[in-house]
Amino acid sequence: MNWQLLPQFTITGLLAGGPIALIALGLVLIFKASYIFNFAQGQLLLLGALFTWWFAVEQGLPLALSILLAILVLALLGFVIERLTLRPMTGQPLLSIILMTLGLSQALQGLALLLFGGSQRNFPQIFSASDPYKIPIPFGAEGTNQMLILKQNLVWSFLVAIVGVLATGAFFQFTRTGLAMRGTSEDHELAQSTGLRIRRVFGISWALAGMIAAVGGVLLATSSGLDLSLSLVVLAAFPAVLLGGLDSIPGASLGD
Amino acid sequence: MTIQRPAGEFDYSYAFDMATIRRGWQWALLVVFIIALYTLPFYASQSIVSLANRIGITIIAVQGLNLLTGYTGQISIGQAAFMTVGGYISALLVNNLGWSFFLALPIAALGAGVVGLFFGLPSLRVKGFYLAMATLAAQFIIPWFTRQAFPEVLNGAQGLNVQVPMLLGVKFNEPSRYIYITLSVLIITTIIAHNISRSRLGRAFVAIRDNDLAAELLGVNLFKYKLQAFFLASVFAGVAGALSAHSLRHINSETFNLVDSILLLGTLVVGGLGTNLGAILGAITVELIIEGATLSAPFFVKLFPATAAGMIQALRPLFFGVVLMLFLIFEPRGLAHRWELTKAAWRLRPFSH
Repeated sequence: MNWQLLPQFTITGLLAGGPIALIALGLVLIFKASYIFNFAQGQLLLLGALFTWWFAVEQGLPLALSILLAILVLALLGFVIERLTLRPMTGQPLLSIILMTLGLSQALQGLALLLFGGSQRNFPQIFSASDPYKIPIPFGAEGTNQMLILKQNLVWSFLVAIVGVLATGAFFQFTRTGLAMRGTSEDHELAQSTGLRIRRVFGISWALAGMIAAVGGVLLATSSGLDLSLSLVVLAAFPAVLLGGLDSIPGASLGD
Repeated sequence: MTIQRPAGEFDYSYAFDMATIRRGWQWALLVVFIIALYTLPFYASQSIVSLANRIGITIIAVQGLNLLTGYTGQISIGQAAFMTVGGYISALLVNNLGWSFFLALPIAALGAGVVGLFFGLPSLRVKGFYLAMATLAAQFIIPWFTRQAFPEVLNGAQGLNVQVPMLLGVKFNEPSRYIYITLSVLIITTIIAHNISRSRLGRAFVAIRDNDLAAELLGVNLFKYKLQAFFLASVFAGVAGALSAHSLRHINSETFNLVDSILLLGTLVVGGLGTNLGAILGAITVELIIEGATLSAPFFVKLFPATAAGMIQALRPLFFGVVLMLFLIFEPRGLAHRWELTKAAWRLRPFSH
């Protein structure tokens, strides 16, 4: 084993886990609020990236604006999904809920394909792919010039993901809505008895998960192109979520 | 819902109480129906016969899943993986060892059952959603294994080309001939599944589903019965997988993938979880809906011309997902329950309840 490459692999691996942490965060959010595991998160990622592409490339809007619009569209979509499909599932057995999100994943996959077509498309590049950051590291084998070579989009994806996780954590800790969501996740009935409207909390948690999915989708699409298998990336987040604990936000980041 | 007999019909013996087919005309109807199915190739087109083939194979897989998820309450998203195992074992036995398909089929089923037993071990420790995750793991591990392990034998990602079954010199290489195999196996598996559900084993399964703690207190050995449920479900899946592999004449790691597992689970719920009739009704309904998606593709192409190439790929999951969600919201107990309600309403006429 080439020990000299160990720092390189370690850092690259850690950075690659950034977007996965973001996806896992979306999953944890919904589970924390409503005890539903969203099997359709991958398809939400895909739709986020597709909508960004549509706004940026087909409609010709500037990239930052199209990302923002895609985030809004996905938030709305998350809210609508919760209202239409998960609201009738309150009180139903676990199998029905699992199947509902599985069915949703199939329907959204078909919908994405129907609306946007199946060909692989070029996602607008935010970061240049051929100009990696080079960071010298002080320790290394004698004589060799040890440098960490990190692709730009990898580093920035990781940074955005970290910012996203921290922002969400701050949202939960310091805002009233975040506090309401934390309270709801502890005990639905107790939260209702204090006057919290838990249905609104569910809707907000899905909308937030949709927004996170949009950001995650854009990050993944910049690094690996945009085609329909983007929804399969979510499977990498499943063990991350389970390992870190299904209802723990720091756990989701640690889990990968 | 308790069993309601038609007015004037009384059970005079335990055997008659358990009987499914009770009157002479019901026997006659059954015989006519089976004859109609067996003569399908003579009056139906090739596409309908191959559709019937697919429906039959799906029914077998869903019957197995019904035993596991419907009766025992263990959620399994891995049924398609066990179909892969059965298909591969049968393909290897027929291709490489030269066995007859009809001898390879039970062995493939047993092999799939053993693999299912292994992946059912987590059920002794985890329940509900985490068990679903464990079976999801099976759905990924098994195709990975067929891609990476023993490449000389399993042929990696390309998969195997499967030989056509032969019996007494007759080659079953067309759907119109293959349907006889499918129908015969389907009749056998339906009888087995129906009788399991009515036996001591079936009652133990239901006890585990309804309250496994109480069942254990009553002396139902959870360990034994949960593993038996996984074994039986995987045996049925292995049969379905072997039939499908020899019907399609090809098998690789993607033939039965995660989408198929979801399809089987959704089919079970649409038909009616925990009922034998539900497996049959659900498979017929879902396959017809997917055929409907394929047939309505030209209409959608007019609306969305950008997606002309992949329209069928798009519409199939869309139709299935939407139908599944609608059933979960409006008819969560499935078509079999609706049928029971219809029968009960007819028998209780003119009283409404």
